[in-house]
Amino acid sequence: MTTDIHMASAELGDTIIKIDELNKWYGQFHVLKDINLDVKRGERIVICGPSGSGKSTLIRCINRLETHQEGSIVVDGIELTEDTKHINEIRREVGMVFQHFNLFPHLTVLENCTLAPIWVRKAPKREAEETAMRYLERVKIPEQANKYPGQLSGGQQQRVAIARSLCMNPRVMLFDEPTSALDPEMIAEVLDVMVGLAEDGMTMLCVTHEMGFARKVANRVIFMDGGQIVEQNEPEEFFNNPQNDRTELFLSQILQH
Amino acid sequence: MSEVKIFVPAPDRSPPSNTLGPVAWLRENLFGSISSSIATLLFFYLCFSYLPPFVDWAFIKANWTGTDRSVCEANAAGACWTFINVRLEQILFGLYFASKPEELWRPTLIFVLFFALLLPLLFERTPGKKWLSIALLGVFPVVFYFVVYGGSFGIPQSNTTQWGGFLLTFALAFVGILLALPIGILLALGRRSEMPVIRSICVIYIEFWRGTPLITILFMASVMLPLFFPAGVEFDKVVRAMIGITMFQSAYTAEAVRGGLAAIPKGQAEAAMALGLGYWRRTVLITLPQALKISIPSIVNTFIALFKDTSLVSIIGLLDLLNMAQTAARSVEWKGYDIEGYLFAGFIYWAFCYGMSRYSQNLEHKLDTNRRN
Ligand SMILES: Nc1ncnc2c1ncn2[C@@H]1O[C@H](COP(=O)(O)OP(=O)(O)O)[C@@H](O)[C@H]1O
Ligand SMILES: [Mg+2]
Repeated sequence: MTTDIHMASAELGDTIIKIDELNKWYGQFHVLKDINLDVKRGERIVICGPSGSGKSTLIRCINRLETHQEGSIVVDGIELTEDTKHINEIRREVGMVFQHFNLFPHLTVLENCTLAPIWVRKAPKREAEETAMRYLERVKIPEQANKYPGQLSGGQQQRVAIARSLCMNPRVMLFDEPTSALDPEMIAEVLDVMVGLAEDGMTMLCVTHEMGFARKVANRVIFMDGGQIVEQNEPEEFFNNPQNDRTELFLSQILQH
Repeated sequence: MSEVKIFVPAPDRSPPSNTLGPVAWLRENLFGSISSSIATLLFFYLCFSYLPPFVDWAFIKANWTGTDRSVCEANAAGACWTFINVRLEQILFGLYFASKPEELWRPTLIFVLFFALLLPLLFERTPGKKWLSIALLGVFPVVFYFVVYGGSFGIPQSNTTQWGGFLLTFALAFVGILLALPIGILLALGRRSEMPVIRSICVIYIEFWRGTPLITILFMASVMLPLFFPAGVEFDKVVRAMIGITMFQSAYTAEAVRGGLAAIPKGQAEAAMALGLGYWRRTVLITLPQALKISIPSIVNTFIALFKDTSLVSIIGLLDLLNMAQTAARSVEWKGYDIEGYLFAGFIYWAFCYGMSRYSQNLEHKLDTNRRN
């Protein structure tokens, strides 16, 4: 089933996320089945698959927005358990970007970005603001710093959400369909930021159906269906030469248009 | 290849003139349909037939001056505001302070202080609002205790059984609101807790107090509470009323806050969690500010209801604003001027409740960060 992946990129480091025999249920519903996944430092992984296949659940297990019942998840040497101290330690190192941005509407863009550094990392306010402005410049919206999220377009909001995560200086970034809620003309501006991040060597796990993005930046594409990892491969191989008929069908459906 | 056309936006035009101006406004808003026209005509008919006689009685022909009922009896076609004028101290401050002219400065100082702290807070541009709020919510109640209750600093202790009038209404409502808000917030959070024990305690508390009428609570606080304490322990009547009102009010505030919490999308707490914020930081910094903003109208609703419900303390023999006005109107000297008494008390209730309602609307508007400007 799973072919051994030839790691072309020599720059990949040691393992940062190790998922072993992960199983998760929602009540009686077996949502994740025997998931094994190792992510190396600097690796860019794209996860795709039909709706309801468990993609969001999988990446939400990594920062324990969802709890699992069997198997183990180790992030940067820390195993995810009930221990809230460990959970918060991991969450500090793992950034997450959501489909619906989830910016804090009662805070300005700048306050959105400085909140966690100030309250979690105990950074001085001045320093947190400087860092925030640096990342807002990086996502190309420093001029919106004092506006409220409600005053920005979807694409701008998602870029703020990325900057907000980056302000915590995370080692891993998780993206859960970051462009699915955006109008077509705004998708590119968000993808550009993500490509920039990838070029800087950020470890990224992206749930997305933007296949152009996958071809451009991914080291590995993972296809999920029914709570399982069906197939994973380098992008070229994955798209040109799928090994599984389920993958083939899915690709033909999304690449048709 | 054909030449590319250049897109030129069309200029804006003004709307057709028959949708503008006062006549168009009248037609659209007051006489838009047959039922709307009937309602408009009925409204104006009622205004013209009832308003002038009332204004005539209450203002134009009214008696304002004098010191006893003879003035009003001589001019019976007008309202007798003389009564209110003469009994103002009793109705506003209660019997204790009304009977001791040398102590009148105490309630007067308290209300002057209250408005001096409150009014600047209502204006958007006042500097140092934070300190003013702290003074109003933290320092003012302490000053109230020492000045109105007395008993230290050479200020004679007042007898709380003789507290009354608007001062009592104010004290009960202020304490009820001040204590019920934090207790209510904690109860609302507890009701949404993932810990079953905490959740159950909060649910039982809220449902118990919410299911019991305030009048029953006050009655129980007055009659039943002493039964649980040894005979010697004397519990102040006003304090008992305050405890009962706070318990009752916190259950209502909790439900109002819970409504706000339920309206916050799950993604807010998730985003905060993903950033590494723990439960209390998440709650205090992210969910609660948004939830309170949403629940301002319903919280203020419960405050307004409480403000008016304080008049139920008459069941335990306390004379609040309404009951004091009634008592004054039944005294030998002023028998028969109930209407003036009720109108005056009603006006004060209305002024305060309307003030609260307007302030909450302003606050809502000010906190609305979703508006695009
Ligand atoms: N909180 C939940 N309770 C019960 N079922 C859930 C919950 N969240 C997701 N599911 C179910 O789990 C499955 C996988 O969901 P999800 O991981 O969101 O899929 P995807 O992101 O691939 O579309 C879906 O069938 C969904 O209905
Ligand atoms: Mg999903």
